[in-house]
Amino acid sequence: MENIITLAHGSGGSATLRLIDQVFKKHFNNDILSMGDDCARLNIGNAKNIVFTTDSFVVTPIFFKGGNIGKLAVCGTVNDIATSGATPLYLSCGFIIEEGFSIDELEEIVESMSNTARECGVQIVTGDTKVVQKGAADKIFINTSGIGIVPDGINISGRNAKVGDKIIISGTIGDHGSCILLERENMGLQAKIKSDCAPLSSLVQDMLKITSEIHVLRDPTRGGVATTLNEIAAQSKVTILIHEDKLPVKLEVQGVCELLGMDPLYMANEGKLLCFVPAEKADVILNTIRGNKYGENAQIIGEVVKAGEPKVLLHALSGGIRIINLLAGDQLPRIC
Amino acid sequence: MTNYIDEFRDKVVMQKIVERLCTYSGRNIKIMEVCGTHTMAISRLGLRSLLPKSIELLSGPGCPVCVTPTSYIDSATELADNKDIIVTTFGDMMRIPGNESTLLYKKAKGCNVQMVYSPLNAVDLARENPNKEVVFLSVGFETTTPVIALSVYKAKSEGIKNYSVLTANKTMPEAIKTLAGDEELAIDGFIYPGHVCAIIGTDFFSYLSYNMEKAGVVAGFEPLDILYSINTLVKNITEDNYILENMYSRIVKKEGNIKAQQKVFEIFEPNDAVWRGIGMIPNSGMGLRDEYEKFDAAKKFNIKLKVSPEPKGCLCGEVLKGKKRPSDCKLFKTRCTPENPVGACMVSSEGTCAAYYKYGDGQIS
Amino acid sequence: MCLGLPAKVVSIDGNNSTVEMMGVTSTISIELLENVKVGDFVLVHAGCAIQILDEEDALKTIEIFNEIRELGMR
Repeated sequence: MENIITLAHGSGGSATLRLIDQVFKKHFNNDILSMGDDCARLNIGNAKNIVFTTDSFVVTPIFFKGGNIGKLAVCGTVNDIATSGATPLYLSCGFIIEEGFSIDELEEIVESMSNTARECGVQIVTGDTKVVQKGAADKIFINTSGIGIVPDGINISGRNAKVGDKIIISGTIGDHGSCILLERENMGLQAKIKSDCAPLSSLVQDMLKITSEIHVLRDPTRGGVATTLNEIAAQSKVTILIHEDKLPVKLEVQGVCELLGMDPLYMANEGKLLCFVPAEKADVILNTIRGNKYGENAQIIGEVVKAGEPKVLLHALSGGIRIINLLAGDQLPRIC
Repeated sequence: MTNYIDEFRDKVVMQKIVERLCTYSGRNIKIMEVCGTHTMAISRLGLRSLLPKSIELLSGPGCPVCVTPTSYIDSATELADNKDIIVTTFGDMMRIPGNESTLLYKKAKGCNVQMVYSPLNAVDLARENPNKEVVFLSVGFETTTPVIALSVYKAKSEGIKNYSVLTANKTMPEAIKTLAGDEELAIDGFIYPGHVCAIIGTDFFSYLSYNMEKAGVVAGFEPLDILYSINTLVKNITEDNYILENMYSRIVKKEGNIKAQQKVFEIFEPNDAVWRGIGMIPNSGMGLRDEYEKFDAAKKFNIKLKVSPEPKGCLCGEVLKGKKRPSDCKLFKTRCTPENPVGACMVSSEGTCAAYYKYGDGQIS
Repeated sequence: MCLGLPAKVVSIDGNNSTVEMMGVTSTISIELLENVKVGDFVLVHAGCAIQILDEEDALKTIEIFNEIRELGMR
């Protein structure tokens, strides 16, 4: 078989990681890139603790219950910045639009981006527009890049997980992934599921007002909670244990996953935070998160149990233990 | 108001049954399940990490995708190359490697490959695309064959001429009988697939239990179904009680689903089938009857099944029969991974090696 | 090889039925069964109902599990 890009490379799982290693890091290699977090940390002249990140958005369908590609584009980059502990300040946005796309729909998307940016206090300060011939893009693709500043004394990174840390998820898992799956694939299923697409900078600010002792923050987007936990386990070189009975999952999300033989742990989230915090601070941070409108269903779902071997384990309902691995590519619905 | 699901997932009851199972102090016994969904469910439960080492849970050839010969995938990918054909399939088949390619790769290259939830969706596609031929990859055991039969029946009744199926359907009884008779394997008892029995009933397995002196249980798929069934099976094995107990009677009737059986009988007939990793098992496959040959993609597109040798070093044949564990295979996790599967057991997400890779093999401290 | 779940029949329209499970609704074929009624629970597999759940039997099994929960295994 020819060496070609397949959808597996875009899923966030092990195929993506290999592509990043074998192609991108091979040529772009530098210390900043090697840190492996969602944001690059930069010091420029006297300005310290700048974070810089970029993300591209290609979701289909472009309008879905709970949001659209524009809202997603702002939230995605804002959240990447917020998870470094930084206050998001400025965004850029680049549009690649297919010939024939409706200007009314474009305006709806842009208005949505403006509203979301206003909610987080970020300004969209520069942008670009390209139009391509019909068929050369799937309606509209958006790239956003963003900048923020991490306050002094805050050191949040995927490498900072410590044995004994408690792991908090800020709400129900798998909402966005299930919503998109239902709207996109012709599976003949209907359910009241909407995307959890949301900006989380206010949630992070609330947490930082209480304590600066937050070790890891990450938003579990494509590949879901399972993939993100594996990434953190690898960065921090720790073993993580998650308790199945503590995972918050909406009934309908569970229903869709069960019918299609899929696992909510691997479904994308676009408005959730995973937080690794010292055990003694866990309860107070949990209550703080629950006090924010985007964190009402937060739960403590597990802990870091051992240093050394990167592994993610699940304490199943039966009492047994099993491994949560990285997937090779996207989850596919199954019949067997 | 019950939904008949939650009550079968009660954590407290689960733990009580597990506690009881852990008090087992008899001789070493080997229990085999023969259903990919059971393989997955048992792995997801983390059951092997809980049971005493004297109760060995083996996985048999219960994954229909895993036992489909490589050349079937080659035929499917060849059909995908044809611009006038839409290949439709369950999600399970998309990543399975043939000798050259996978359906996912073909899709990436622009071929018309579509994942469907039901073969009935494939018939809808045929209706909506009269200028293309829609071929459905007909892979499955007795649970799925009736639905595929229904799809062919509906296509015929509606006069849809551009729908066909590429068959690799299989049946369980002869394969299980072979395993039950394998003295080297020495299985003490079987967990029979609950949804296969929902269709075919329980007579064959009662017969097998009595004649081959192997205790058996028909089990459902919820955690309590599986745990309670295993507990009953262990008890019966210990007491030399060679009977079949139907532990899934809310779904499985002794006679099964007669209407579904009739539909299958109308459209399909038994044939000898090649099981990847095992070889030919007589009377273990299903093909279309002559009256339905117009819906047979193999005849329509002149496809001949070739036999491919297993890759070097691959222990799938032994793993499928429960004679070896995935961890016994030198290729497991080294050359053979879910991303780059070498053999049948890793290819499907519910194959034994895939389940062990994903969920661990229970040897976790 | 048998992914199937019990879903409640909400409405019937000829050969098809709308069923609901865990808040998810779906239209499936009931042509492999006889005498499906609204309110029945059916086992859904690959877009088709393949068996009607025997509720009386199910409740008996649930009773056994309730007993195990309260009193432990016999």
